[in-house]
Amino acid sequence: MNRRQVLLGAAAVMGAAACGAPSGNDRLRYWNLFGGGDGVRMVELIDAFAASRPDLDVKASTLTWGPPYYTKLSMAAAGGRAPDVAILHLARLSSFAPGRLLDPFPQELLTAAGITPDRFLPAIWDRCVVDGQVYAIPLDTHPFVMYYNTELCRRLGLIGAGGDLVPLRGADDLVAAWSEARKLTGGYGLVLDTFGVSPWRLWWTLYRQLDGDLLTEDATALVIDDAKALQALDFMRRLSVTDAVAPGQMLLSGAVALFGSGKAAFLFNGEWEVTTFQTQKTPFSMVPFPEVFPGTSTDGIARTQADCHTFVLPHQRGRTAEGSRAALDYVRFMLDRSVDWAEGGHVPAWLPATRSAEYLALDPQSRYRDAAATAQLDPPAWFSGSASNMETLAGSAFGAVQAGTLTPEAGLARFKADMQRLIDTPAPV
Amino acid sequence: MAVETVDTPVRDTVPTPARGERSLTGLWFALPFLVIYAVFMIWPILAGLWSSLFNTSLAGGDVEFLGLSNYAELARDGAVWDSLWNTIYFTLLSTPPLVLVGLVMALLAHRARRTGWLLRFSFFMPFLLPVTVVALIWLWIYQADFGLLNAAVQWFGGGRVAWINDERTAMWAVVICTLWWTVGFNFLLYLAALQGIPRELHESAAVDGASPRQRLWRITLPLLRRTTGLILVLQLIASLKIFDQVYLLNEGAAAPITRPLIQYVYEQGFTSYRIGYASAISYLLFLIIMLVAFAQFKIFPAGRDD
Repeated sequence: MNRRQVLLGAAAVMGAAACGAPSGNDRLRYWNLFGGGDGVRMVELIDAFAASRPDLDVKASTLTWGPPYYTKLSMAAAGGRAPDVAILHLARLSSFAPGRLLDPFPQELLTAAGITPDRFLPAIWDRCVVDGQVYAIPLDTHPFVMYYNTELCRRLGLIGAGGDLVPLRGADDLVAAWSEARKLTGGYGLVLDTFGVSPWRLWWTLYRQLDGDLLTEDATALVIDDAKALQALDFMRRLSVTDAVAPGQMLLSGAVALFGSGKAAFLFNGEWEVTTFQTQKTPFSMVPFPEVFPGTSTDGIARTQADCHTFVLPHQRGRTAEGSRAALDYVRFMLDRSVDWAEGGHVPAWLPATRSAEYLALDPQSRYRDAAATAQLDPPAWFSGSASNMETLAGSAFGAVQAGTLTPEAGLARFKADMQRLIDTPAPV
Repeated sequence: MAVETVDTPVRDTVPTPARGERSLTGLWFALPFLVIYAVFMIWPILAGLWSSLFNTSLAGGDVEFLGLSNYAELARDGAVWDSLWNTIYFTLLSTPPLVLVGLVMALLAHRARRTGWLLRFSFFMPFLLPVTVVALIWLWIYQADFGLLNAAVQWFGGGRVAWINDERTAMWAVVICTLWWTVGFNFLLYLAALQGIPRELHESAAVDGASPRQRLWRITLPLLRRTTGLILVLQLIASLKIFDQVYLLNEGAAAPITRPLIQYVYEQGFTSYRIGYASAISYLLFLIIMLVAFAQFKIFPAGRDD
């Protein structure tokens, strides 16, 4: 092999690696952000799709979850050389300037693929539509939930005759149960992450249970209800400081490890940790997030912070309806495999899947499915949504309240100041 | 860029070029480097300065000229000054031990006869590790619930501390991790300088009756002065550029209490898409680092051997 051959080979590789130029109907480039068990499952599903479509050259790339992923995706879309289809959190739709960084799904292709609004929850589908155009197709909803250790709860007398957790409602009943659990474990009754975005998820859940609002519809002003916001923060402080049933300083990895090893009876987290605990053989089950502040629940299911994974068409120069056909085929394939995807914990967005016997047989994954109907997404803004600035800043201010280093009043003041700065910054997208 | 003339017999057939031409010939040799320097150094620096005058966004979109308003915003932005202070505070905490520990290690390794190779290897080893490995090692040490450090603290009857996240210990946690990781480089520079001190100096001082302590204070340390100057400036610049360990130890989300300036630049530029504003903040740090470098040239002028 001489030098020229090496150079030619390198050039060929680079040419093949360069994604971009509007691809015809023979290529599908797909970007996603799934790690852990979700990542493994996603790769299996992509492989199955690729095997079913030998005519397509399918290439999937998994990028680091959170800001790194969204940075790369927005840059690719800004240059008009984006992948054919990508995953986006629904609450981040506003941050992706639908129409500029995202291309709409052609209506005729949606109809042809059978992807129609009646097959999704109305509240979620409505978030996908901007100016009458569909910009996102929901794959799932992932609510904040409560995990519980079945073995410990049985010893606490919290398991009813049917083998399920007895219904716990209201702040006092819940704290009482967690403090009994703490006595039993000798460590914590309840664990949760206080350093990442969980403080935001918890606060938004509680605040929405109190029916509080945060931003005006166009995200130009803060409309926070201080009394309700403080009521939610007081409860968070109560968990780790006043009643001390939960840790005030805990990383997500630590919380998962403690619950997984039976050193805590309850865990607040997104539902994607199912595979972790099944692998560890932790005796556990899950319920929708409890009603801490009763009054706004629907059929007994409390309002809960959530987001949705959706499929989007990142902007490509010269994208044609015909060129997006392969992407639509892939989306429909994934929706049809929603039950396989749901094994990782996510609630399918595709209603035919949530009604299927296979899904209902999934335990504990189908036990909290009703939480999708009461899902509380972040308010739309360029700075909100999963892994956004707002969630990070809120996590930091509210986490300090949980740690006891800030009073609820000081934590709220800091969060409001941070929010005001974000509102005052002209949208960079 | 004068080219040294070498007195070698030149064959008569080759005309000796005139002096001016010869320096031009030298320029041709330097050209590849100059081109790379211009394309990868000068141009990005100017482009960054240019974009700091606009509301440039990572996500494209319309760009408008702002003049100096990005700079006005950073002057008002408390987060800029908080993270700049974190960077400076880290620099103040980390630089003295990084220089002194490096010196002590070098003196030990230089004096040790039989165990010298082992000391040299073990002092320098951590520096060879990539930052991700270092951060993982120290995460396992500092982890609040099952970290090694807390296991030791609890064994002695103490309570658990969230070393990385508790604001009383967070900065020290980063300093100690950095010390362990990078002191090996300063150690190596000092060791090389020590080996460069002629043995005769020590021998003649010993003959004159100087004690080992006197030899250290009167001979070794004064002769290491220029090395110290070099290490100090390299260390200051490295500490001012702190980012990666903090980012990794905090799993990507450093609390405002330890967030260094570069992380704030990263957040503004890459998570908020505000490249123009992030460029403006970068220039603040660039200015500070330039000042440190110039101060060093003033304090330790080149070309003077004591």
